[in-house]
Amino acid sequence: MYKILKKEDLSEQITLFDIEAGDIAQKARAGNFFILRTHEQGERIPLTIADFDRGRGTITTVFQKVGKTTHHLGTFNEGDYITDVIGPLGNHSHIDNFGRVVCVGGGVGIAPVYPIARALKEAGNKVTSIIGARSKSILFWEEKMRRVSDDLIITTDDGSCGTKAVVTVPLEDILSSEKVDLVVAIGPAVMMKFVCRTTATYNVKTIVSLNSIMIDATGMCGGCRVEIGGETKYTCVDGPEFDGHLVDFDLLMKRLQAYIPEEHTAMCGGKMNGGK
Amino acid sequence: MGVSKMATMTEESKTKERVEMREQPPLVRARNFREVPYGYSPEEAFEEAGRCLSCKNGPCREGCPVGVDIPGFIGLIKERRYLDACYKVKERNALPAVCGRVCPQELQCESRCLMGKKGKPVAIGNLERFVADYEAANGDMKIPERPRSTGRKVAVIGSGPGGLTCAVDLAKSGHHVTLFEALHKPGGVLIYGIPEFRLPKAIVEREVEYITKLGVEFVPNAVIGKLYTIDELMNGRGYDSCFICIGAGLPMFLGIPGENLNGVCSANEYLTRANLMKAYLFPEYDTPIKVGKRVAVLGGGNVAMDSARVALRLGAEKVYLIYRRSEAEMPARKAEVHHAHEEGIEFVLLTNPAGFVDDGKGNVCAVECIKMELGEPDETGRRRPVPVKGSEFQIEIDVAIPALGTRANPILTKTVPDLMINRKGYIVAEEGSGMTSKPGVFAGGDIVTGSATVILAMGAGRRAANAVNEYLKWKYWEFK
Repeated sequence: MYKILKKEDLSEQITLFDIEAGDIAQKARAGNFFILRTHEQGERIPLTIADFDRGRGTITTVFQKVGKTTHHLGTFNEGDYITDVIGPLGNHSHIDNFGRVVCVGGGVGIAPVYPIARALKEAGNKVTSIIGARSKSILFWEEKMRRVSDDLIITTDDGSCGTKAVVTVPLEDILSSEKVDLVVAIGPAVMMKFVCRTTATYNVKTIVSLNSIMIDATGMCGGCRVEIGGETKYTCVDGPEFDGHLVDFDLLMKRLQAYIPEEHTAMCGGKMNGGK
Repeated sequence: MGVSKMATMTEESKTKERVEMREQPPLVRARNFREVPYGYSPEEAFEEAGRCLSCKNGPCREGCPVGVDIPGFIGLIKERRYLDACYKVKERNALPAVCGRVCPQELQCESRCLMGKKGKPVAIGNLERFVADYEAANGDMKIPERPRSTGRKVAVIGSGPGGLTCAVDLAKSGHHVTLFEALHKPGGVLIYGIPEFRLPKAIVEREVEYITKLGVEFVPNAVIGKLYTIDELMNGRGYDSCFICIGAGLPMFLGIPGENLNGVCSANEYLTRANLMKAYLFPEYDTPIKVGKRVAVLGGGNVAMDSARVALRLGAEKVYLIYRRSEAEMPARKAEVHHAHEEGIEFVLLTNPAGFVDDGKGNVCAVECIKMELGEPDETGRRRPVPVKGSEFQIEIDVAIPALGTRANPILTKTVPDLMINRKGYIVAEEGSGMTSKPGVFAGGDIVTGSATVILAMGAGRRAANAVNEYLKWKYWEFK
């Protein structure tokens, strides 16, 4: 059992937890993720490690309430226990002094971009961060991101904060005016797809972190398979970060939809399967 | 019971028919997840035990990878001492209720039974299952007295059948044993792989409970290689020795077009959803599974049979089992093939899948196949299937489950630089002891041999436990 030490609602749909998990905190690095199971009947879902505190023995995660499990998780409070927490999983980010770096975080993807931007900044890179959301009310961590970036650009779809634009607009401005060595982009699959399309025209290496459906997240089930440069890879053991220019995003988006009908049933509390 | 009556029974046993276990009728069980056979009643077990000739040298015992005293426990059944019979089995095997159900007895103990020369061998597996279930239903779980602590700590990595067996043996030797498991529940393949109707999870839980009562400490949610490395266990955390028994892991795919369409999922995924996550109880349990109206399972092993039978029980209208050779070459147990036939699985033999067809929305809607014929024998001695030109055809489906075996999982091994692995990623270990290239570290089961059976992993666990004991005495290491 893993205790929730802190809960913060970052917006109506986005929640932050600090979870007591000392051994995971010792090992966690930027780019890792973990699996949790809320209760005995719960499913295993992957969530990003947005931060970690080795001294306190906590990991921080930020999640958006989209499905049954994340909605249920949102009802947990400080002092409550999560049944299972497994991690740190996946390969951590490759951090080096690349030179000029742009970090792009979209929606809830701002959270996993944060430790990567911080690590890149600490490694000596000049970091510009672009964070975007549909609207000001669901934007979070502006100050945190500002502290680990040389420049911060904010975009919202409705213009309620920062520039009224999608993240690719300021990204393209930067790419067209100066030489960038690396772009890191995490967010909805469609955002990452368009970021990669933009950077491809400028031939700038782009790392994305994928959010496939997983069960065990140790390579056993193969549910998280994605196609990278025409080859099948497992997000959990080969990723979650990949060269964005090689990712088949259309396939990823289709695979993320695989259980939508079942999700609908679960949310409505309906009955589906036969033989009991 | 008098001695004279028993002697008469032994005489009679030569002509007696084997007592078959009663089963749920095929068409009823094909729609539920309850166990297929009902198990013996004490009377049935007594009758079947009476067929045993109590051979002095006990050839059956040589066929058992963990050396259960088979004539001994059957002798106790003959005396109606069912609990004692169970304790007798447990002297050598901590998982009798599991082994009674899933061991391939026909290739092991029962294949050596003298009764099998003229008729059917004694149903050793059924009897083992009976005594274990009898203990659970009637007796207190007898916990052997704990020996004096040796002060030694051993880490067993992986709580499948091999890890459980090794942990028990080491705990009985007085060591402090920690069993690390990557998933949230102990049991490995017994929990995530083998379906409820073949091995009820309550039975696995009961056997695991026995093991924890022996003093084994269980740590779930521990992915070794990620949370801790082997070196951290041995150095920082004070373990004197490790046994790695993590199974094989990564599912194999065919590498054919359309394999990543929605609706195509590995047998590992399908079974993990159904068994570990209890997706057959969705939406009471949160994990969904693709039920499918028309399901194709690809492969001919036990995992393929399990997948096909799970699909049927979930409510599929039609389940095809597509296999590239003929039924004679299938690696699955004959009994499982028979069960699958009875339940109405349609076998599409001498057929190779060539690709999956997209319905235009990213879902699989058909599997393209080609007919095969058997040619010359290959390196396994089985006749190699070769495609028949122009025989392409399609089967309409909405779920496809490749059950093609697994390959080595690199998560642990890649974090142990001085652990020798072979070209395919399996750990190189001495057969008799499980000794590896890294002092103090032993390995066994599928991560050494590739996909095999529950009982073979248990045998490896037993041998490794003996070797760990020797190592802890002398701390001597010579790996060739």
